[in-house]
Amino acid sequence: MTSLLVIIVLVLLAIALWQLTKIFDLSQVGEYKNNTQVADDKDNNTQGYLMFGFLAFIYIFTIYGLIVWGPLVLHTPASVHGPLIDDLMNVTWVLIFIVQAVTQVLLHYFAFKYRGKQGNKALYFADNNRLEVIWSVIPAIVLAGLILFGLYAWTNIMFIEDEEDTVTIELYAQQFNWTARYAGNDNVLGKANVRYIEGVNTLGVDVEDPYANDDVVSKELHIPKGKKVHFKMRSQDVLHSAYMPYFRAQMNCVPGMVTEFAFEPTYTTAEYRELPYMVAKVANINSIRTKKSAELVAKGESALDPYEFDFLLLCNKICGASHYNMQMKIIVDTPEDYAKWLKKQTTVTQEVKADKLAKLAPEAGVKTDANEKDTATITPMKEVKVAMK
Amino acid sequence: MSAEGHGHELEHDHEHEHHHKDTFITKYIFSIDHKMIAKQYLISGIVMGVIGVGLSMLFRMQLAWPEESFKVFSFFLGEKFAPNGVMTNDIYLALVTIHGTIMVFFVLTAALSGTFSNLLIPLQIGARDMASGVLNMISYWLFFISSVVMIASLFVEAGPASAGWTIYPPLSALPQAIPGSGMGMTLWLVSMAIFIASSLLGSLNYVVTVINLRTKGMSMTRLPLTIWAFFVTAIIGIISFPVLLSAALLLIMDRSFGTSFFLSDIYIAGEVLHNQGGSPVLFEHLFWFLGHPEVYIVLLPALGITSEVIATNSRKPIFGYRAMIMSILAIAFLSTIVWGHHMFISGMNPFLGSVFTFTTLLIAIPSAVKAFNYITTLWKGNLQLNPAMLFSIGLVSTFITGGLTGIILGDSTLDINVHDTYFVVAHFHLVMGISALYGMFAGIYHWYPKMFGRMLNKNLGYVHFWVTAICAYGVFFPMHFIGMAGLPRRYYTNTNFPLFDDLQNVNVLITTFALIGGVFQLVFLYNFFSSIFYGKKTVQNPWKSNTLEWTAPIEHIHGNWPGEIPEVHRWPYDYSKPGHDEDFVPQNVPMKKGEEVLHH
Repeated sequence: MTSLLVIIVLVLLAIALWQLTKIFDLSQVGEYKNNTQVADDKDNNTQGYLMFGFLAFIYIFTIYGLIVWGPLVLHTPASVHGPLIDDLMNVTWVLIFIVQAVTQVLLHYFAFKYRGKQGNKALYFADNNRLEVIWSVIPAIVLAGLILFGLYAWTNIMFIEDEEDTVTIELYAQQFNWTARYAGNDNVLGKANVRYIEGVNTLGVDVEDPYANDDVVSKELHIPKGKKVHFKMRSQDVLHSAYMPYFRAQMNCVPGMVTEFAFEPTYTTAEYRELPYMVAKVANINSIRTKKSAELVAKGESALDPYEFDFLLLCNKICGASHYNMQMKIIVDTPEDYAKWLKKQTTVTQEVKADKLAKLAPEAGVKTDANEKDTATITPMKEVKVAMK
Repeated sequence: MSAEGHGHELEHDHEHEHHHKDTFITKYIFSIDHKMIAKQYLISGIVMGVIGVGLSMLFRMQLAWPEESFKVFSFFLGEKFAPNGVMTNDIYLALVTIHGTIMVFFVLTAALSGTFSNLLIPLQIGARDMASGVLNMISYWLFFISSVVMIASLFVEAGPASAGWTIYPPLSALPQAIPGSGMGMTLWLVSMAIFIASSLLGSLNYVVTVINLRTKGMSMTRLPLTIWAFFVTAIIGIISFPVLLSAALLLIMDRSFGTSFFLSDIYIAGEVLHNQGGSPVLFEHLFWFLGHPEVYIVLLPALGITSEVIATNSRKPIFGYRAMIMSILAIAFLSTIVWGHHMFISGMNPFLGSVFTFTTLLIAIPSAVKAFNYITTLWKGNLQLNPAMLFSIGLVSTFITGGLTGIILGDSTLDINVHDTYFVVAHFHLVMGISALYGMFAGIYHWYPKMFGRMLNKNLGYVHFWVTAICAYGVFFPMHFIGMAGLPRRYYTNTNFPLFDDLQNVNVLITTFALIGGVFQLVFLYNFFSSIFYGKKTVQNPWKSNTLEWTAPIEHIHGNWPGEIPEVHRWPYDYSKPGHDEDFVPQNVPMKKGEEVLHH
């Protein structure tokens, strides 16, 4: 309701503004006989001071933003490579702030200081090679530094060496949810292709591939703290992007190809929730939610659940109508808890078999052994397979 | 040919003498006069701009007050897309898509270049008209048709294209994936194909005109920076737009004729598609091969206009004329080899990411040169702070603010975590959207007397600038923070993520600024349209400017100058030159005896 009022007010304001503009315009005719666009000394004076005022506005707005919104930005990265990105980010920000502060001051201060006056003559100053060399070379040197730092970090993060100790997990994207597939004991994912999709085998895993035998499929993403997790992304329909902001990780999921990203988590979910900044953030969010809940309850709607922090995997590439709600919870466990959790899961092949059995069972009391052979022949129809090592 | 285009002059003079009286249709509709075509572009652009900005105000309201009911939604979107006044998620994406398309292509590419290249190229280089008036007319009318098709796509039953303005397949290829990828996307592609044809005709004309039709004495190093900017922009357009056309054609094939350029291994709506072997990443490459130069197609004309306006109103030569030309050329060259910075995390080989980081950050150097040169031009000037000048200074300010965050996005490592968040939205709106828009406003305020023979109201111009300037920062500055907080763009609502609840009041603030800024553009519209009829009549050279367009009579005539085309004797920036009484020396004034050239 309040917003409806806001809109009505805005529309009325628009009309009023148009009328006022007209009145303002008409009323000037008598007053300023020579009202052209050409600025006179009085205009230059006023506008010069306003330029100076605008400089103050930019500065105050920036400082206000840093104080009020600064705490909202992503904090303490939860992955090993995260601090590297954040360091580079901070160095870049310092640089940006210096350049921004200096250039905006010069620009607006000059606009104020050299505001025109009848009879003044400007300085004829067409070029100066030394100055121009200085401000080509200094940015070049600074940027060279940034480029080197950036490339060092990029190489470290993106070129994934398959070490012994990585955990391989497939992230599977579809409109509008995520699924994870664990490579199991052999740490190799079984082959998969959308052409194998059938019934419970929603990821199109080739159940005949021996590597697929121990693959586990899950709607919740559990990952172990302290181990490098090697993600292999697939998408079955359109482009998606696997975005895990707290881990400083993102990679698109592209139908027809497998993309990769790897990182090592450094906090378990429980540990991250205990971080002082996160405790404060959650408290703030919950106070906002309580207020909103009170409004909702007053309207007769149900209240919002209190919020507890969880790492999330978000979709960050426009993928369709429900793009805004394509998410999966990420749970970082201790390695022990992770192993325990993984053990409890059933493998894809088991699921597929169980499903086949369940379907065949009512028809006749066929023996289980015979069924196993049947299921094996049902699977792929086309020969096309995507290597999924 | 170049500087001494005598042959053409004679030919044109001849035509001029035999000119018949215009009918309404040949004068206002199917005109082949560059000045009229410029006005046609401008007014079409303003209409498209009103639509584009209006759409953004609608979806900003949804973002501030998610899923609330508004009468305006019911009114504009209808019961289907706003049942009970609540915007649906389908139409939200459509609004975002069409807003981007209209603003980037129709307003900031076609209307900006179309208006000022058409108006200024012949007038500032001393030509009777464009090299081909007929092609010029066809270019405008193709643009008009493509606008009509784009607007028509808003009314198809399943809704307009809604895959984002970058129309990445498979989303844009499969109607099963999103309703907007049916008829809406077909019309989008048709509209863009026509648009590209229009743009190419225009660009070819600009290039040919600048190369061949310069008046006597107008060497390339005496061209105003506006012309340099338009000239280079046209060349970038000719190089890059055909690639988008090919991408669009291949996409049409994939959509309608079962090919697999961009599609492979897709399971959607319960069935496997036959497509195999294509790659959406290929489309991204083709799209951004245009898409990135496009940023400069939008920005360079604005920078060119600003150079001219700042020099004139500082009553000083533009600082570092040759450095400005070199940086335009450097930007143009680099702009064609940086497209991969939109694709750092697209799944392309990370090695390519390294290369594109390198080339991208290099662009900062010529950009920095330009910014410093503008600031130095102001130094010790005698600044005439009229509305055009304010918008030009505003452009330098937003160009710096927005450009600096490009150092973050152009760095592949940093891009990982801010890619496709509101940080990107903040960055490109400031550096290309707002800056180019300011350039366009600066151009309108500065050359309005040339276009319409009347002046705009100065005080309304001041109001327009200050409210716009505050709102532009008000909208886009806070967006950096919510982007750094990890908020993805193109989300219909953030209410499904309690994590982002603390960003909601920032969104309300942004929307408030957006609505105020949007509504205040009415001041400009009023000023613009009422001054066409009631504005104060202008004098021939109201800004005491050096360039040739101000030597032409106020009344528009075919052929621009009644008699001989003026001959050029000096560069365009002899403002406040020692040894002259006036603080400006027009380009057609011969050098005095013993007068020296004081610039390089």
